Amino acid sequence: MKRRNHLYPAVAGLIAALSIAAAPVEAGKNTDTLVWATDRDNPIADPYYLNTRELVVIGHEVWDTLVIIDPKTADIKPLLATKWAWVGPTVLEMELRKDVKFHSGKVLDADDVVYTLNHASNKENAIANYALLAWIKNAEKVDEGKVRINLDRPFPPALAYLAGLGFIMQKGHYDNAPLRPDGKKDFGAVKPNGTGPYKITEVKPGESILMERNPLYFKDGFKGDPKISKILFRTIKDGNTRTAELMTGAIDWLWDVPKDQAERMEANPAIVVENAKTLRVAYLQFDATGQSGQKFFADKRVRQAVAHAIDREAITKNLVGPASQVIHAACHPDQFACSEDVQKYAYDPAKAKALLKEAGFADGFAFDIYAYREREFTEAVIGDLVKVGLRPRLNYVQYTAFTENVHKGRTPIAHGTWGSNSVPDVSAIAAHFFSQGPDDLTKDPEVARLIGEADSLTDPDKRKAAWHTVLSRIAAEAYWVPLFTYAKYYAYSKDLDFTPTADEIPQFFAAKWK
Amino acid sequence: MLAYAAKRLGVALLVALTVSLITFSMIYMSGDPAIAIAGEGARAEDVEAIRKFYGFDRPIAVQYLDWLAGALKGDLGRSYTLRQPVAGVILARLPVTMILGASAMTFALVLAIPLGVVAAVRPNSMVDRFALALAVVGQAMPSFWFALTLILWLGVHWRVLPITGSGSWQNFVMPAVALGYYVTPAVMRLTRAGVLEVLSSDYIRTARAKGLRPMTVLFKHALRNAIIPVVALAAVQFGFMLGGSIVIETIFQINGLGYLAWESIQRKDLPTMQAIVLVLSVIYVGLTLAADLLNAFLDPRLRVA
Repeated sequence: MKRRNHLYPAVAGLIAALSIAAAPVEAGKNTDTLVWATDRDNPIADPYYLNTRELVVIGHEVWDTLVIIDPKTADIKPLLATKWAWVGPTVLEMELRKDVKFHSGKVLDADDVVYTLNHASNKENAIANYALLAWIKNAEKVDEGKVRINLDRPFPPALAYLAGLGFIMQKGHYDNAPLRPDGKKDFGAVKPNGTGPYKITEVKPGESILMERNPLYFKDGFKGDPKISKILFRTIKDGNTRTAELMTGAIDWLWDVPKDQAERMEANPAIVVENAKTLRVAYLQFDATGQSGQKFFADKRVRQAVAHAIDREAITKNLVGPASQVIHAACHPDQFACSEDVQKYAYDPAKAKALLKEAGFADGFAFDIYAYREREFTEAVIGDLVKVGLRPRLNYVQYTAFTENVHKGRTPIAHGTWGSNSVPDVSAIAAHFFSQGPDDLTKDPEVARLIGEADSLTDPDKRKAAWHTVLSRIAAEAYWVPLFTYAKYYAYSKDLDFTPTADEIPQFFAAKWK
Repeated sequence: MLAYAAKRLGVALLVALTVSLITFSMIYMSGDPAIAIAGEGARAEDVEAIRKFYGFDRPIAVQYLDWLAGALKGDLGRSYTLRQPVAGVILARLPVTMILGASAMTFALVLAIPLGVVAAVRPNSMVDRFALALAVVGQAMPSFWFALTLILWLGVHWRVLPITGSGSWQNFVMPAVALGYYVTPAVMRLTRAGVLEVLSSDYIRTARAKGLRPMTVLFKHALRNAIIPVVALAAVQFGFMLGGSIVIETIFQINGLGYLAWESIQRKDLPTMQAIVLVLSVIYVGLTLAADLLNAFLDPRLRVA
């Protein structure tokens, strides 16, 4: 019995020891460190050489762009550039701030901007999103504080693209990049050096990226003075683990929380749950040419039947979240020149059945549908299609396999999503999917021609009108079934003063502790 | 014995080579690596540039032979995504996985062997039934579910253990229990069966007849013989743990080899995936070989076969 008496204190001691050891958590208001986590691993910290959403977010914390989009109004605002002017349809001149310093201490000037834009727009340098800056022919220095950007064609949304991805590096940044065994330069391995409100102080490849407040950050800029001392990005693959870490205070901020988990977390007084809209949209894309071998969707009536068969309101309301909305055009309503004034396909199963009958498919047919994201959304779509007699076979695959199948024309229906790389302009989505590229399953030369015309216009009103023609044709032909805009669930510590933005680029530089 | 060892070694090397070939082919069958590296939202031009940049446009056989030639010279290549030599990355991650595997195995052995022995000494008793129940639950319960349950109680409700990371020994407690529990039933049942069989043998009866103390008979005479197949099983299970810790490492965000494998598969980081599979298959094959040789050493009849 004596032994047993000693057992309880021993166990209690062990638990106490474990508690003490587990207690220190480097997150939150007390340590002035904002810890956020997602499931993506980011082995490097250069947004030009790794295409992840996290590095776009980190890019805007660590670097600055020439201009920035105000997420509240979608207007282009000055950042590194104080003003700009179109000298001609393909010449853009920009004047730079004179009080900006890189984290290295060097003052920003025209040479840095020219170096960055010429590096990024050179195909040989293989930046991850080359196509988004491929419209830049070259950049040249006018004087120390002024640069000229020459375009290879008129490209009206140029400023929006510069705002999203044109992170300015110091001149010579990539010149001494380490060499790979094949002798090519490994640009992504260069130590980060930006002008942004935070500087990167530690990168644990695939684990975490630590940023610290930049004391040299310029005053009175759009981003303001950063308030929080440190921002730590962590990769936590498992969603349940991320939630558990938020509940214990080991991390402060999450997004992409599933709806059911978000609703449960709302009961926790230490956590704020918010549903906010994003620029991402969901769509069904038809193989309108029959190249997949399943030629059903080459018939416009069948495509229209599918559009009438889906109860998008119900999916949006029950599965996506309150900030989501049903869409009718092949773009996000917040994007410039996106018009919802197109042919709409109301939920009408009877009409869908009638259209199928008219097309000679009164008994329906079996076909393949491909998807890669929220499986429950695709299953809801499938449920609606079954109700009108169709027999979809779900091919739920990884994103890479999904894209490969689309590019190879194997997808009779592809249920995809598109975030437009956060560019609030219709060309970032509709031009991508209908300009005869590999993601274009429609291959309608008339739509491609109309897009070419629309994207060569610099006058905003004429551009809007031209895009309206494009979107109207896409809707009338039912090449796409635009489904809904995505809404993201954010969950973060109640101590954090944070406002979500629709561009899916959380502005941690504007966040502060309450 | 030497001929037997050489034959087993030859088979082991062939297995490792076949595994690497199959992995290489499967990676390509599961999707285009250029699309994975380019990331979501990348355009066709970006994907094409990456395909050319990394040499994915060459025939698969040429790429495999290139890799194999490098691997034979000790060069496992350079990670596309981590931008570092793969050998260095693996060396950095391997100790974490080894610590996890060793702690899980220690947990499994410490729990399973005493329970197995007690169950054998008192067959059909309450302890035996309890051990059986534990074994059934251990085999039936998915490790990810057990891991999440541990997180819920020890991490969230009681907050006695950290949930993620690998910075301190506390980080390994829950993962080791979750990983080790899955192995416990096999070890326990084998210990029980072995001890039960040995206890009914003649030399144990003789030992008892000589008047030796029951504990001496059990531990000095019975367990020593009964434990031999358990050692062989533990060696193989240890290999399984190293390779099979992907789920546990992912849930607890432990940056070991299993987690690295998962990351690499997601990113289609071919050199890293190939190297991990090679390293793990060599370890697994090595442990199986060691178990074979140990058994052959202990039981000369196996050498003839």
